[in-house]
Amino acid sequence: MSLSISLSINGAARDIVLDDVRVTLLDLLRERLALPGTKKGCDRGQCGACTVLVNGQRVNSCLTLAATLDGATVTTIEGLAQGDRLHPVQQAFLEHDGFQCGYCTPGQIMSAVGLIAEGHAGDDADRIREGMSGNLCRCSAYRGITEAVQDATRRMTAQAAEDAA
Amino acid sequence: MRPFDFVRPTSVDEALAAWEDGAAWLGGGTNLVDLMKTGAVAPTRLIDLSRLPGMRGIEVLADGSTRIGALVGNSELANDPDFAGNFPMVAEAILSGASGQIRNAATVAGNVMQHPREAWFHGPASDPLAGDTGKLAVLGTDGAPAAVNPSDFCVPLVALGAVVEIVGPDGTRDIPVADLHRMPTADDPRHTTLTPGELILALRLPPEAAGFAAHSRYLKVRDRTSFAFALTSAAACMRIEDGKIAEARLTLGAVAPRPWRVAEAEDLLKGQTPGPEVFATAAELALDGARAVGGNDWKIDLARRTALRALDMAAAGTPAEMPALPASVFGTQRKEPAHA
Ligand SMILES: Cc1cc2nc3c(=O)[nH]c(=O)nc-3n(C[C@H](O)[C@H](O)[C@H](O)COP(=O)(O)OP(=O)(O)OC[C@H]3O[C@@H](n4cnc5c(N)ncnc54)[C@H](O)[C@@H]3O)c2cc1C
Ligand code: FES
Ligand code: FES
Repeated sequence: MSLSISLSINGAARDIVLDDVRVTLLDLLRERLALPGTKKGCDRGQCGACTVLVNGQRVNSCLTLAATLDGATVTTIEGLAQGDRLHPVQQAFLEHDGFQCGYCTPGQIMSAVGLIAEGHAGDDADRIREGMSGNLCRCSAYRGITEAVQDATRRMTAQAAEDAA
Repeated sequence: MRPFDFVRPTSVDEALAAWEDGAAWLGGGTNLVDLMKTGAVAPTRLIDLSRLPGMRGIEVLADGSTRIGALVGNSELANDPDFAGNFPMVAEAILSGASGQIRNAATVAGNVMQHPREAWFHGPASDPLAGDTGKLAVLGTDGAPAAVNPSDFCVPLVALGAVVEIVGPDGTRDIPVADLHRMPTADDPRHTTLTPGELILALRLPPEAAGFAAHSRYLKVRDRTSFAFALTSAAACMRIEDGKIAEARLTLGAVAPRPWRVAEAEDLLKGQTPGPEVFATAAELALDGARAVGGNDWKIDLARRTALRALDMAAAGTPAEMPALPASVFGTQRKEPAHA
């Protein structure tokens, strides 16, 4: 069965004909839309490597059928930086060694962006670790990841306060 | 994954009309899509519920019950300040399940309908005693090997007497969440009591359920601190008046094919002064009749201790900062009562 959907991906409107409704958002991004930044780890919801934002919320793209996304807004790791200016979470991952091999990193960063927007963890390290537990890191860069999320949270909060003033 | 056709009804009537033998309702897909990938389920038609109107609200009805639409997200419900304030152990249970990503995608109806996890449960004609038997049910199966109900959310729902609103080809009906789950048998592989083609419209908590808010905890014990299914869990809550327990509720999770509410333990607690001895007796009663299967005796002990500690934590009072953070062996010291 084929199906047409329209969605926005990283700010660009896309009309897509799905020739097979079984395709997940993850496979659509990687195989069809030349956006391989989103990674496939387990393909079962267990590792978080495939995390993207759908309508502003972090989800596992491996468990999301593309067919359900007509009208949705999707943000992937490719959509975070503004030109050469990295997103504060990307910058913080660089500065705090929030990775080693880098395979889990796009998922970690997208998950952190989602977590910060949810606003329940603040810069509390324990709550950040709990909030990031859906993202596994085989290189065990957890310490740097937690510090990066703390730092990015503080910077983004300060920036928001400045913008509001 | 087997091919299927995909339909997106925009009304409940259209959804019911789209049902055919072999179809499946699609909520957030975090359980169904996973099972379709392994081939454990192979629906011929997916009926996407996301466009159904009127199923995303959390409302207090005229009689004081709280009604949660079937498509309300797990994260959305747990983080709703009014809901979490009135039903703290429900929020705590949801937030102790899965991950932030999964909770964002998952719907409340999909959560209560989620399938048992054990790999053998998903394979054709497989032998439960051939695999990892540690997590098998110890209650409610007459000693037969069976998978436990994996949902955290359902445990406090059963404790609080929640009801599921269902619509089917013959109209609507309500059933208690306590009667929703069943042990699959060779003749009838269903893990719930819904008839194929029936659709959950909403969950409802009765008016008296909010009365437990001041003393209400969900305790989950697992292999790692976060992002793991329960080995054992317990929802415990009480109303304390003049230093005595006016009413208590106790339900165990991950010990039986359904959440295991223990009326005998609740009756015993009524009128008592909260304290370790009476809680120990109640926890003992809660495991009455438990039978180890395939060497999982540890689960009976662990469940008893989980019940005892949950009662103790509930008596101490709901922490100000909810949900409380699961304790981490690496975490800093906290004043609030911690999870296991
Ligand atoms: C890696 C991982 C870890 C997890 N850890 C936990 C955990 O620790 N604790 C926990 O409790 N859960 C856990 N879960 C399970 C998770 O809670 C469920 O996957 C989720 O709640 C299902 O909701 P959904 O909306 O995505 O359901 P779906 O996947 O859409 O559906 C699940 C089932 O419900 C049926 N269904 C959906 N909506 C309706 C309806 N309105 N009426 C009738 N039937 C319906 C579907 O047909 C299907 O059979 C985990 C899942 C994963 C993948
Ligand atoms: S690839 Fe999606 S969670 Fe692992
Ligand atoms: S950096 Fe290698 S898996 Fe996380």
